[in-house]
Amino acid sequence: MALFTLNINGKKQEVDVDPTTPMLWVLRDHLNLVGTKYGCGIAQCGACTIHLDGTATRACMLPVSSVGNQNITTIEGLSENGDHPVQKAWLEVDVPQCGYCQAGQIMTAASLLEKNPNPTDEEIEMAMNGNICRCGTYLRIRKAVKMAANS
Amino acid sequence: MTLVKTKIGRRAFIRNTGLASGGLVLGFNWLASCKMTPEQVNSLPKEWFDLNGFLKVGDNGLVTIMSPNPEIGQNVKTAMPMIVAEELDVAWKDVIVEQAPLNTDIFTRQLAGGSQSIRQGWESLRMAGATARQMLKEAAAQAWQVPVSEITTKEGQLMHEASGKSAGYGEMASAATAIEVPEEVELKDINTFSIIGTNKKNVDGPKIVTGQPLYGLDVQREGMLIAMIVHPPAFGMKYKSMNAESVKSMPGIKDVFHFEVYPETVEKQWSDGGGIPELVAIVGNSTWECMQAKKALEVEWEEASKLESTAYHDEALTALLEKPTEQPARKDGDVDAAFKKAAKIVESTYSAPYLAHNTMEPMNFFAHVTSEKAELLGPIQTPEFLEKTLVSRLGMPAEKIDIMMTRMGGGFGRRLYGTFAVEAAAISQKMNAPVKLVYSREDDMTQGTYRPSYKVKYKAGLDENGNLIAWHVRGAGTNDDLIFEDRFPAGAVDNYLAEKHVLPTNVTTGAWRAPRSNFIAGAEQAFMDEVAEASGKDPIEFRLELFDRAINNPVGDPKKNDYDPERYAGVLKLVKEKANWNDTDNGKSRGVSAYYCHNSYVAQVLDLEEGSGTPKVGKVWCAVDCGIVINPLSAKNQVEGGIVDGIGHSTFSAMTFTDGKPNQSNFDKYRLIRNMEAPKEVETFFVDNGIDPTGLGEPSLPPIVGALANALYKATGRRHYSQPFISDRPPLVG
Repeated sequence: MALFTLNINGKKQEVDVDPTTPMLWVLRDHLNLVGTKYGCGIAQCGACTIHLDGTATRACMLPVSSVGNQNITTIEGLSENGDHPVQKAWLEVDVPQCGYCQAGQIMTAASLLEKNPNPTDEEIEMAMNGNICRCGTYLRIRKAVKMAANS
Repeated sequence: MTLVKTKIGRRAFIRNTGLASGGLVLGFNWLASCKMTPEQVNSLPKEWFDLNGFLKVGDNGLVTIMSPNPEIGQNVKTAMPMIVAEELDVAWKDVIVEQAPLNTDIFTRQLAGGSQSIRQGWESLRMAGATARQMLKEAAAQAWQVPVSEITTKEGQLMHEASGKSAGYGEMASAATAIEVPEEVELKDINTFSIIGTNKKNVDGPKIVTGQPLYGLDVQREGMLIAMIVHPPAFGMKYKSMNAESVKSMPGIKDVFHFEVYPETVEKQWSDGGGIPELVAIVGNSTWECMQAKKALEVEWEEASKLESTAYHDEALTALLEKPTEQPARKDGDVDAAFKKAAKIVESTYSAPYLAHNTMEPMNFFAHVTSEKAELLGPIQTPEFLEKTLVSRLGMPAEKIDIMMTRMGGGFGRRLYGTFAVEAAAISQKMNAPVKLVYSREDDMTQGTYRPSYKVKYKAGLDENGNLIAWHVRGAGTNDDLIFEDRFPAGAVDNYLAEKHVLPTNVTTGAWRAPRSNFIAGAEQAFMDEVAEASGKDPIEFRLELFDRAINNPVGDPKKNDYDPERYAGVLKLVKEKANWNDTDNGKSRGVSAYYCHNSYVAQVLDLEEGSGTPKVGKVWCAVDCGIVINPLSAKNQVEGGIVDGIGHSTFSAMTFTDGKPNQSNFDKYRLIRNMEAPKEVETFFVDNGIDPTGLGEPSLPPIVGALANALYKATGRRHYSQPFISDRPPLVG
């Protein structure tokens, strides 16, 4: 066990955990930030996507010991009132079915638009290709990303 | 106006059952309520009045409506309360939705399966709203001393035109609780619906997009332990021994033990079908610590029955296809005689592998079992059956068992089989502590209740004019018999023979989104395309001729046929028109397909576009007849999802076995469809016929496999007989 001070959603948080613990489980089990989802544990599905200094990162294979001073943003901290343009577009398009993967989808989309505010259709599909939606809401995901880009 | 007896579900209308306060009774309100706008939070009523088990009215006019059925992503948590709100005649903005816990005294069929929630809930949901509305009207009539027949309602307001009196529901709610439950209530004329048939957003949307706790895996409780299981590595193996001592001392680990999930004395339900009788449990403080212990633990297993491989399943199913059955499932006319005189014969065999469900949220459940009571909280499609098993497994009466459903990160049939909840309860009972059982993705994928592997052989005979005179289908599945003998084209062909075989195996199988239909529809509609081609007719015209036959001069007893040929032909004609089917000069490779399942009719046209060397799905047109559409916004979502799901699994996915061991255990090996592979566009058209609503969670999936196969043939000149299609040659960009 070791003590880590993490910058999460603009706040400093202390955790005393095994240094190999992935950020996913630090967030979920130790900090009660359960919006970041467990899907595969091997960085294949994207359900656990967070931002590490603004870059979309899979939290399930990110050991807490490797985070250091980098800023972590989770779905809970993406916006103050759930009004990030991507979140608003997701509601407007009514994207979710089961909803489980959507936090990861939203975090990936927000990171894409931060770096590329006007992506082409192909760039959107490419950027979102790492996030599996088992319910198959891919068409609405594309539409919502586009709407957020245009807002 | 329709008057209906309130007999059905009348138990629900007996007040003060404790249910109306919903989650509060069980202490689950942290996740029970949703769709509460900031305005609603600021204006919560001082008092709620229970009018019946489905709803309560606040003194300020806000209404809480319970959604009785499990929510797996099919959006019943929005749609079911919409139906209640419609008949109650309340503005949707004044509605708060709560998930109801399991309560068999009040609700009937709290089950997510077979696309039946809306169809089977339709009457009782309408009645719940209409009954409460009637009681509010009676209360107003008494207060104003006017005949109840003169009271009208609109969006939560009661009005008496002659006297000019009016009041909000909230003002009459208290008095309404004293009104006797009416014997008969008036239902709205469907032409006056103002909520049903309009677009309403997912009530959990705001929580989903902000990452609030909603799912079973999100449950946190004071003193809660995490549990994981270790299951046999192969189907056909069972527990022998282990050395748990070194693992027990690992950081954060509380206990490691072998346990019987289903001792012989347990009275199992069908929902326990896939349960492995003995498992190893690892219990600890955190998920990661349990995962580390799981890696370190060495368990010895022994062979209990045959260790089956995919090669064996394939050979055995193929052998069955060569064997006539002793008793055909259906026989009309004489196929052998017809084949002898046929001008042309078409014969093909189609096959598909096992599939895992792969809900994005792996199996999990929270359980807190004490000597006094059992509290179960988590994702389950069959809570009622779970309760029955727990009564037997825990030795506790049903009254002491509380079961609450969380929103589920997907179902697809997997969570019909709630063995994981039984495991959680057994572990909690042993530990005498609150426990959340968590399956790893690998556990989830390798201890599945899989879609069976199937093979089907078709033979069709055409006369010299290209008319279908004989149809023979022989199907086989692992633990499943595959064929719906009374579905199309039964009743449309003079000589018809359907045979079905089952290959018993020890690989656990169960319902997977649109059971059997998910394979047989694609096979049948691909074969239909081959037969139409051999007949020299347009594939849609060929099908319509058969429906004409089934309409005008059905073969056999028409009541036996499990479809309505007019509605079937209706969706096919609609999609033909919308897709501009006769425009063959568009440079696209098109396929068509139509299927009926779960009481709904779907026809689809799929266009493939030439990609960089491999075709890609372009546009899909989809015509649906599911009767009245409750919420078009989410209905279209279901249709699109089913289409993506069908294309994805038939193209990319397979679960295979070597000596009983699943060869795929995570998404690196088990391929699911991704964003780039989904269609460019889906356009959905609903038939507007005012018929009572039927299912929509499943029906759009089965036919799309046929439409894709038929378009692939147009694009490549090659028929695709074996799923996943990608196993031959990559057919789609990926």
